[in-house]
Amino acid sequence: MHKKDKYLGYLYIAPWLIGFLVLTLYPFVVSLFYSFTEYDMFTIRFTGFKNYVDIFTKDKTALDSLGRTLLYTAVSVPLKLLVALLVAMMLNSIQRGRVLYYTVFYLPSILGSSVALAVLWKYVFKKDGLLNLLLGAMGIDGANWLGDPKLVLYVMMLLPLWQMGAPMVLFLAALKNVPGDLLEAARIDGARPFQIFRKITLPMISPVIFFNCIMQTIEIIQIFTPAYLITKGGPVKQTYLYSLYLYDTAFRDMKIGYASALSWILFVIIISFTLAFFGLSGKWVYYGDERQ
Amino acid sequence: MRQKIKKTGLYGIISISAVVVGYPLLWLFFAAFKENAEIFTSVGLLPEHFTFDGFVNGWKSTAAVPFSTFLLNSCKMVAPTVLLTAISSCLVAYGFSRFEFRGRKVLMTLMLSTMMLPNTVIMIPRYILFQKFHWLNSYIPFYAMAVMAVNPFFAYLLIQFFRGIPKDLDEAAYIDGAGKWQILTRVILPLTKAPIVSVVLFQSVWTWNDFFNPLLYIDRVKNYPVSLGLRLAIDADSVVNWNSIIAMSCVSLLPVMTLFICLQKYFVQGIASTGIKS
Repeated sequence: MHKKDKYLGYLYIAPWLIGFLVLTLYPFVVSLFYSFTEYDMFTIRFTGFKNYVDIFTKDKTALDSLGRTLLYTAVSVPLKLLVALLVAMMLNSIQRGRVLYYTVFYLPSILGSSVALAVLWKYVFKKDGLLNLLLGAMGIDGANWLGDPKLVLYVMMLLPLWQMGAPMVLFLAALKNVPGDLLEAARIDGARPFQIFRKITLPMISPVIFFNCIMQTIEIIQIFTPAYLITKGGPVKQTYLYSLYLYDTAFRDMKIGYASALSWILFVIIISFTLAFFGLSGKWVYYGDERQ
Repeated sequence: MRQKIKKTGLYGIISISAVVVGYPLLWLFFAAFKENAEIFTSVGLLPEHFTFDGFVNGWKSTAAVPFSTFLLNSCKMVAPTVLLTAISSCLVAYGFSRFEFRGRKVLMTLMLSTMMLPNTVIMIPRYILFQKFHWLNSYIPFYAMAVMAVNPFFAYLLIQFFRGIPKDLDEAAYIDGAGKWQILTRVILPLTKAPIVSVVLFQSVWTWNDFFNPLLYIDRVKNYPVSLGLRLAIDADSVVNWNSIIAMSCVSLLPVMTLFICLQKYFVQGIASTGIKS
């Protein structure tokens, strides 16, 4: 390596480095600062911990929406990963028509948070929508899925399940990497399929389970678009998820300081979850020989 | 015999699941050609009375702006963003994978950890920043984030791939008198076509579908991309014209679906190569 190359490296990564400093690090630090102020885009006043104290003592909306968001995340993430893993295992054990099935299962997640999916979801679960038409054809009286405050949050939990393509692809790649001779040896030794799954497959794919778990939690805990478009947070605020409240506080009510405090609470929750998860990972994640 | 029953059972389950997953989308597509009344009365796919009314009415849109403007805006937003993302992530990936410099490891870790940084915690100051730059109501925020490789997913995808290209090739080119820039453009990039296609596809689809960022940065209707334009339609007549909303939904999904179905393998490669950390 030549001496001038030492600096050339910085030049190549400069786009990211500048972006990181200006559009990530600076906003990150500044939002922490804002969270200790009262700020409406024009005047700013330092108020110490007032925002945080208010959130935890006076703001029922915040606590309610946080509770609902945590419930939503706690149910959706494990279910989504379970479904993704099951589908990946099915795809892994078939040959014929694999590409077709693959396309079908992966497609909904590629469409992501597109508004068209909100249209579809709204129509499927409307009182006179597709699902109730299907149920009606079978003689069942369907519920008012999106109108019933008791049901609506659970109906919205189905959306991530339908879009489990990304974790599924990762699971499938991991399943393909499980050495075939290992499985064969276990079979010859008389291990039952479930034993093979528990003792070989599961440990072998545990790094991917770990990765999916973290990424999906971070994604779902911040979920915004479906609730914003399909139910607008209703009925009776049952789907008024934390990110909706955050958005309204910041961009409708222009309470920048308060909203920043809300966002930092979410950040602390996410970071504690991630760290706890990393801490526990030594117990169950298997890194094979790569581990130093 | 038992094996065969098992196999049939498996195909049964997987087919039923595929129908459950795929039917709504298929239904949406056919519903675009149905009359309004039929949408709420039949579960069948094929329309009884085939009509283009949904498309015609939807295209005119309820706002003062026709739907074609939204489509055009989306193109203006997506095309430069994708191009800039491809360029910046190639440069950054080359820098991280082929140079030794102080702090490389730390910076690399920092870059990866921003993938896990929740957007909610930076979006407010970022918005204020763009506002101060007078970038709101334009697509410059999207271009700027692309130039600066703000989403590290793409650079990371390419880093993984660049690392797999033997350094001997660099050395050989170096001996032949190539500089660092030529090594990137003449040696590495020609071998990187497939991952670059993955980058282009993912960024196209994500930017096209993006709802949240346009919602933040754009509030003039004539600048709306498809995602916001469609939302306008939902809000304006949520009761009456379902077939025109559904028709425009299909129009908005069509480019993405076509890309995905034709170039599926690049999507799969892209996501599979970033998921498993080394």
